[in-house]
Amino acid sequence: MTAAAEAGTAGRVEGERPRFQVIPVRGLPFVALALIGVVVAIARDERWGLVFCHVVGGGLWTAIDLFVGFVVGPIVGRLSIPARVEFSIRFMPKMALIIPTVVTMTLAAGFQLARQDGFLDTSHPNHAWVVASMCVVGVMAVIALAYLEPANIAVLFELRKPEPDGEVIARLMRRFMYTAGITGAMQIATLIIMTRLVS
Amino acid sequence: MASAPAAVPVRPLERRMPPVTEIGAASMVAIAAGVIYMASYLPKRAPLGVAIALLAVAAGLQVVNWVLLSRIRPFAWNRFFQVAGWTLLAYAVIAGMIEYAFLFDHTRGAQLALLTAMLALFMLNVPVLVAFTVARYQAVDQ
Repeated sequence: MTAAAEAGTAGRVEGERPRFQVIPVRGLPFVALALIGVVVAIARDERWGLVFCHVVGGGLWTAIDLFVGFVVGPIVGRLSIPARVEFSIRFMPKMALIIPTVVTMTLAAGFQLARQDGFLDTSHPNHAWVVASMCVVGVMAVIALAYLEPANIAVLFELRKPEPDGEVIARLMRRFMYTAGITGAMQIATLIIMTRLVS
Repeated sequence: MASAPAAVPVRPLERRMPPVTEIGAASMVAIAAGVIYMASYLPKRAPLGVAIALLAVAAGLQVVNWVLLSRIRPFAWNRFFQVAGWTLLAYAVIAGMIEYAFLFDHTRGAQLALLTAMLALFMLNVPVLVAFTVARYQAVDQ
């Protein structure tokens, strides 16, 4: 049965839904703390700080993308519309904060590490791997910023309406899960490149 | 005298919209390619011709997007500007951090100007994409 059919011919989502914030304000201090940490690590040009930001941010980013794309996504896709709505209300606002933060941490610190290690130098034997990782990140950025994140925010706005349209939610969630799957698959390329770089 | 016809709400899914997301994604591809091309040469200077061409493509696509957007009638402009404003704030912080990293790495001159212009386009593009996706699903009166 299609999601739209499950939602009913009128496409309306019935039932009580908890109130929620599109962007959870209580999480913003943690985001600020993480970003300040990255700025301090770059300003001090300290190896440990940069490695910490890059490894922690990158580890979380990769793991979350893979987990959402290949574990959570298929499960959510098989849930009923009310269950999907319930899940989305609790899950999507957190993702809207976590993912941009860990991506910024990873890329900003990673670029400085590449510079410190001389990987940016075109004559360095690892230069091609770094450029390859930039290309992978570029593709992921286009998918995430043009399709995944707008779908994430749009579904939250739809869920805040007094009468959300189940068909709109189903379409946006499908877009979110497909793009999460694609970025998850691209993370495998990132893992290969990063482990190759430090080997 | 005949009275004006009553406003009829239109179901968002039934409306045809211009390909704003697709054009925005193409612009993002040009920006990403330009930034990768230039960043892959840092701290040395990349040949600027390719980067300028990519910048021009990205800017042109964004102008097309703004023109297409401005022609959508009716549209949930209040919601569009609300979402675009907050997204712009968030991406100004991210773009600011990237710019800081370029300055920290002693990027100067034409190279810095091009990277800054690409960052500015990136910063302006994401809010349009997010706000359009949200606003297109808002009910409006036809």
